Amino acid sequence: MSRLKVKKTYKLYIGGKFPRSESGRTHALLDKKGDVIANIAKASKKDLRNTVVATRKAQAGWQGASPHLKGQILYRLAEMLEGRKAQFISVLKESGMSEKSAIKEVEKSVDALVYYAGWSDKFQAIYSSVNPVSSPHYNFSAPVPTGIVGVVLDDKAGLYGIVSQMAPVIVGGNSTLLVVPSKWATVAMELAEVIHTSDVPGGVVNVLTGELPDMVPTLSGHMDVNAVAVCSSDNELRKSVRELGAENVKRVVFRDNSKGNLSPYPIMDFQEIKTTWHPVG
Amino acid sequence: MAYPNLKDIAPIDEVGVKERAARYQKRSLKGETKLSALKLAVTMLDITTLEGKDSPGKVKQMCRKAMCPITSDPSIGPAAAVCVYPSLVKVAKTAVGDSGVQVASVATAFPSGQSRMRERLTEIKYAVAEGADEIDMVISRGKFLTGNYRGIYDEVAKCKEACGDAHLKVIIETGELETLDNIRIASELSMAAGADFIKTSTGKISPASTLPFTLVMLQSILDYYERTGIMVGMKPAGGIADAKLALQYLVMVKEMLGKKWLTNKWFRFGASSLTNDLLMQLEKQRTGLYQGGDYFSKD
Amino acid sequence: MYDFINGNEYAPAPESTAIVNIKKKYGLYIGGKWVDAQGKKTFETINPANQQVLSKVADASKADVDAAVKAARKAFEGEWSSISGAERGKYLYRIARILQERSREFAVLESMDGGKPIRESRDIDIPLVAAHFFYYAGWADKLDFAFPGAGIGGQKVKPVGVVGQVIPWNFPLMMAAWKIAPALASGNTVVLKPAETTSLTALLLAEVIEEAGVPAGVVNIVTGAGDTGKFVVGHPDVNKVAFTGSTCVGKHILKSVAGTDKSYTLELGGKAAHIIMDDAAIDQAVEGIVNGIFFNQGHVCCAGSRLLVQEGVADKVVKKLQKRMETLIVGNPLDKNTDIGAINSKEQLAKIKSLVKTATKEGATVWQPGTSVPRKGNFYPPTLILDCAQSHTVVQEEIFGPVLTIQTFRTVNEAVEKANNTQYGLSGGVWSDKGAKVFKLTDNVKAGIMWANTYNAFDPASPFGGFKESGIGREGGLHGLYPYVKFNA
Repeated sequence: MSRLKVKKTYKLYIGGKFPRSESGRTHALLDKKGDVIANIAKASKKDLRNTVVATRKAQAGWQGASPHLKGQILYRLAEMLEGRKAQFISVLKESGMSEKSAIKEVEKSVDALVYYAGWSDKFQAIYSSVNPVSSPHYNFSAPVPTGIVGVVLDDKAGLYGIVSQMAPVIVGGNSTLLVVPSKWATVAMELAEVIHTSDVPGGVVNVLTGELPDMVPTLSGHMDVNAVAVCSSDNELRKSVRELGAENVKRVVFRDNSKGNLSPYPIMDFQEIKTTWHPVG
Repeated sequence: MAYPNLKDIAPIDEVGVKERAARYQKRSLKGETKLSALKLAVTMLDITTLEGKDSPGKVKQMCRKAMCPITSDPSIGPAAAVCVYPSLVKVAKTAVGDSGVQVASVATAFPSGQSRMRERLTEIKYAVAEGADEIDMVISRGKFLTGNYRGIYDEVAKCKEACGDAHLKVIIETGELETLDNIRIASELSMAAGADFIKTSTGKISPASTLPFTLVMLQSILDYYERTGIMVGMKPAGGIADAKLALQYLVMVKEMLGKKWLTNKWFRFGASSLTNDLLMQLEKQRTGLYQGGDYFSKD
Repeated sequence: MYDFINGNEYAPAPESTAIVNIKKKYGLYIGGKWVDAQGKKTFETINPANQQVLSKVADASKADVDAAVKAARKAFEGEWSSISGAERGKYLYRIARILQERSREFAVLESMDGGKPIRESRDIDIPLVAAHFFYYAGWADKLDFAFPGAGIGGQKVKPVGVVGQVIPWNFPLMMAAWKIAPALASGNTVVLKPAETTSLTALLLAEVIEEAGVPAGVVNIVTGAGDTGKFVVGHPDVNKVAFTGSTCVGKHILKSVAGTDKSYTLELGGKAAHIIMDDAAIDQAVEGIVNGIFFNQGHVCCAGSRLLVQEGVADKVVKKLQKRMETLIVGNPLDKNTDIGAINSKEQLAKIKSLVKTATKEGATVWQPGTSVPRKGNFYPPTLILDCAQSHTVVQEEIFGPVLTIQTFRTVNEAVEKANNTQYGLSGGVWSDKGAKVFKLTDNVKAGIMWANTYNAFDPASPFGGFKESGIGREGGLHGLYPYVKFNA
């Protein structure tokens, strides 16, 4: 006798909670055969606005967390992801990936988290400087996080795309909103569960799924969002984010998902160099 | 007189003081401004000799210079005072007569201050009895640096009492106090204990007077005046050898304390070689020619 | 009248203008040649201290900018790319040396054209300009050491290409140096547009660049107003835009480059909080406040324009500040004793006046010292605005003049909250004698440059740039190289 599978409800991840979209809208995600995998929550403008509020609330605490702790938490993410490997492979396959690619995708993602976990207490040393000024002052420059960073992903994202874009943002002490198209919504929400159980403080990472046009303009124009990574080669999308982002001089960085090379430079894209002077005498 | 509340004294940032002092040095005095400032500086001189080899002959000649700095132009000078050791006060007093030039004497085991209080007070009384109008005392820097601020206050108060009608200048010896915070505290203690003047240095220790040291002392004087209404004089001494630097001191006094302090009642230069440099500059202003040392008397 | 004791003023001590030889007319410097603007259009540049016309400057059209970009492209693809970093550095060293040799000439011209006191142009601006070239000269052959890990995977540090640079009128030559030196050190070529009211020192710099033998087209100077700037920024063959100026224009630039591959750095406005704690070195803090707001007539994006004083010392600080302000000398920029020179333009003067009027209207108290201010020319006295609240217009808007708003606070957290309650994040000042408190404040104020127990100190080795709406990217120091390179295989 066959057992009826219990399907999962995929919602949003905002401020450490899993609410439905306030709009009540969903999108039916279909597999190759046309069967419904899940009804994905379609985040609205209002969801995005609420998420920014939750992200801002979390930001100061996360920025203030010790580099060691941030490393521990990212490593914990890697551990949790590794532990749920089978589940992710299965979800990736549902989203259309081959088994082989799915395995590779998960492994690469775990490794990316381990990679960035290690940077938590190192990039500051590499990209800071004690500046030899020619006056009786002690002067140093060090990176500090930009603040709230929106990450816009496109249909090419995959698990690795999401993880490799998220990790450098948060390891640098920023809080983030991941804006994920429906295609990767189940993957993203599985990841949200990993995040939720990995000691990442609520609100540091938020996941919104749905249609990019519903979310990206609001994100780009939001005056309390400090930066946006546009992980898409869609020129119109890129242009519109920059145009709207100009209103509060957002840092808008364009990324190509397919590359996803591991490097500290993606961390530095969302760091501000702060220089401090003090007299010596 | 009351012991000052040292907790009310703001800390001092040395780099900031140096920057401020440097900015006073950027003032450019020209024409009439320069001429009047140079003339003023001459009247503020405490022409000084404080050497083991000082003799009545030396002191008499120096007094002549103080009374009449440049024979050809009686409008210049006289200097404010001559400053000598106690044993030469009488010679000096006789030499200056009623010219208006004051006789100042160092006392209190100058320059170290390392003697018993009784002897130090006796020395003051001796100098005053010999005719000194002003006494330049030294504070016990050792005592100060161990934190015995009350002891410093007490010794200045006792010296003031011993002075009677003579004016008391308190030498805090900036070069040994080292930090600007110490200089500020020593200034506050001295003023509170009754100093008529506060003075940077004995001239025996380097660094002696500098613009930053003087700036801190002037600030103390200003704050004290605003708090109590009591004016205290300032005497930088040692290390002021040329007219340009002297004028920079005067700019600082003018811009910090205002014109009230621009008289020899409230500001003095403790110096010896400065005299002729001021005179040479005055002559340059008059003639347009740069001067040579041989044209000015070296008394 | 100029008696030292009783006179309220010092006798005039003007710096001689004989050292500068201002031409009747200046052309554009394009491709190593001096050319007229197409259609021979020109505009006048005036001395803001006396309204006298100093010279006529070419007004570059779209076609002129196009010619400049072409020249820059040609130099970038050609000669400039073929020479080594070491040789590039030597050109910059030469420029630095010539600037040192001709420093007084530059200082006098800067003060004549822009209105800043000669004391500042002579002692601050021009020495920093030469130092900036000298600093970046040394980087030219050491770029591989500047970007850790950039060479991994066979990548190389490469220049971005042709850089379009638009600079403001407050530090005309210094901003030119900040733009040109790192660009050239890292192998780019530039088209630079100085501000309309202050073109002359940039044009004299072009002469220096010529004298240094820098290959034709590496540096091109196009003069003109806002439209010329738009042509530079908007030119399709410009790879990178570097702009210093107002936040408003900065936002327009961001929009205009939105759909392109151009990279950009922006150094925009500010409204810095200058925080005085009750345990501060009060007298030096007062001097820091003066340097913070009255330096360069307050035409400083990083000016400490919002004074935040802890309540316990507020009266004392304000009293001392007022006393200090009484001694500030406002007048002829060329007089060596002048502390505050001329406001750069009539428009700016009108803006300052109108904002101060707004303050009165909104219920704040305006205080000015008894200092005499010349009647002729664009002058404005140093000004305090007392009894300010966070909601006052003058507390929120950048005034860009010698006007300081004063607010009080009670605790460190309140100071931080007020300091950060702005769209800007360029700089900030903190005064306290307690190290731990200093770092708490400098860490928590969101700004790119924090001056603790000092203010308005600058150095070529020290990065400069803002958070939030104060801009993107850094200029100066190691970090100032980053915007001028890309990593390519």
